[in-house]
Amino acid sequence: MRIAIVDESTARASVIREGLASLDDCEIFAVTERRGLVARIEEIAPDIILMDLGNPSRDVLEEYFAVSRALARPIAMFVDESDDEAIAASIDAGVSAYVVDGLAAHRIRPLIDVAVRRFNAFARLQSDLAEARGRLAGRETIDRAKRILMDGRGLTEPQAYTEIRKAAMDQGRRIAEIAEAIVTAHKLMGGKPVGET
Amino acid sequence: MAEELTIGFLPLVDACLPILAREHGFAEEEGVSLRLVRDVSWATVLDRLLYGQSDAAHLVAPLAIATTLGRGRPAQPLSVPFVLGLNGNAITLRPDIARRVGAGSGLGEPAAVGAALAEVARERRAAGRPLRFGVVHRYSSHNYMLRYWLAACGIQPDRDVEFATVPPPFCADALETGEVDGICVGEPWNSVAVGRGVGQIVLATAQVWRRGVEKVLALREPVLDEKRDAVERLIRAMCRAGRHFVDPANCEANAAILARADYLDGDPVLIRRAISDRLLLSRGGEIVHYPDFMFQYREAANFPWVSQAAWLYTQMVRWDGMAFDLVDAEKAARVFRPDVYRSALIGTGEPLPGASSKVEGSLRQKTAVGTQQGTMILESNRFFDGKVFDPADIAGYIAACG
Repeated sequence: MRIAIVDESTARASVIREGLASLDDCEIFAVTERRGLVARIEEIAPDIILMDLGNPSRDVLEEYFAVSRALARPIAMFVDESDDEAIAASIDAGVSAYVVDGLAAHRIRPLIDVAVRRFNAFARLQSDLAEARGRLAGRETIDRAKRILMDGRGLTEPQAYTEIRKAAMDQGRRIAEIAEAIVTAHKLMGGKPVGET
Repeated sequence: MAEELTIGFLPLVDACLPILAREHGFAEEEGVSLRLVRDVSWATVLDRLLYGQSDAAHLVAPLAIATTLGRGRPAQPLSVPFVLGLNGNAITLRPDIARRVGAGSGLGEPAAVGAALAEVARERRAAGRPLRFGVVHRYSSHNYMLRYWLAACGIQPDRDVEFATVPPPFCADALETGEVDGICVGEPWNSVAVGRGVGQIVLATAQVWRRGVEKVLALREPVLDEKRDAVERLIRAMCRAGRHFVDPANCEANAAILARADYLDGDPVLIRRAISDRLLLSRGGEIVHYPDFMFQYREAANFPWVSQAAWLYTQMVRWDGMAFDLVDAEKAARVFRPDVYRSALIGTGEPLPGASSKVEGSLRQKTAVGTQQGTMILESNRFFDGKVFDPADIAGYIAACG
């Protein structure tokens, strides 16, 4: 079975490719370039195309399928209404599939399951990464806020941190928010940039 | 607790009414809470609608009809109780071709531009490199207006010129690389191409068919029945958003909202220009004011005229090479639901047209038409070639289109 993964994110495409590699009897092609998409698909002549729902080129590909003179013309998997659960899972995961008409359902299903799992895993990875970045950014801001208090009020570092934490507790806000407010206020008051160490 | 409706949209200026209904609190005041889901292809907006991830969608009008008729997918009946806007697209050509068709400091005259373009199309076809136009979707008013104009100017679509589907964000790229010679797209995407110096705006689609239907609010028919009360609240909220949107005093604030990352994620300057009917036609040129470039509210613009759905059906027959079918024509016409619009707005003071259909293209000047409350003035709604579409004779109109 020939599978094309169309995804402008090379990272995600390789995560999916890796997952599908465990399936028997599959030849996998990743298409990460937007330009020349239709020509590339024509060349690959895939039995199945996996494409993320957030790809603007879905309209381009669907138009190609509509006018394609190829005998094996792929159709959106979603039009197979037999399996609402699978459809919901793939929309939730953000993946669409186009399948050459006539391909046996029992061959498609395991493949879609893997794709959905891999899309979800990638999304989790992304959100973990974003969270880690957020934590890191918060840490930097807190360091800057501490520096402002240390310079401005002659506090030690532990004292500065205690002040910030106390303000956060009093106001029911997060420590990073208080730190952000201190840094912004400092900037507005014409203070020198701090903490760019 | 206000009932929640989820609405899918594409980042285009004419997604403004649901966005503003939410942002200005009109929806909450009407007792409905809106969740907006942005996508980047019509295919995905439609998938979400058909598989229940959204209740309603900002949709290119012909796609609502194509879906109902089962073009390309199994048929699923959609309903359109509200039109999100009329016109608002432009035709942008590569600068060298724009010069050949006499593009100057203002918008062109459709017949003259078309006649000059026919010459270029002939040359290019003879040279084995036919002109190619990018449209956003096969089932879009962009495609139909562009083809209507070309055909009426003696340029036979699909024979003399080719078409490609180009997603709006890639239009400027497609012009730059020469993948297409012209595009028909909504704002701010023409302006983006102009700003990059890869295109020049030659016509507004309002010049091809003035007051032509553009985007609609579409729902699955069973969802409309099930959530009828919430949908009527949404309609009232969007009418208020429309009134707010067309007031020039609110232009800047509305542009700033639309430009936000959650919505269009675009340049507020370009968005403000588009929503105030102003266009920069070519890089380094003067900004031109073309009144009613976009048409979101006045003259009961949001009323789903059944005759407009019928016109879209005629173009589907024409360009999809379908046979005219009376049952299909009726199904297509029934997609537009003036009854829901009226029941939502009765008693609000919004003009409610007495008729559900009109002869499209028949008004050459301001004309008073009957509403349930009295009369309302409609301005010209003409097609540039002067033809009229009488929904009582769909078959005759299609035959005359050739």
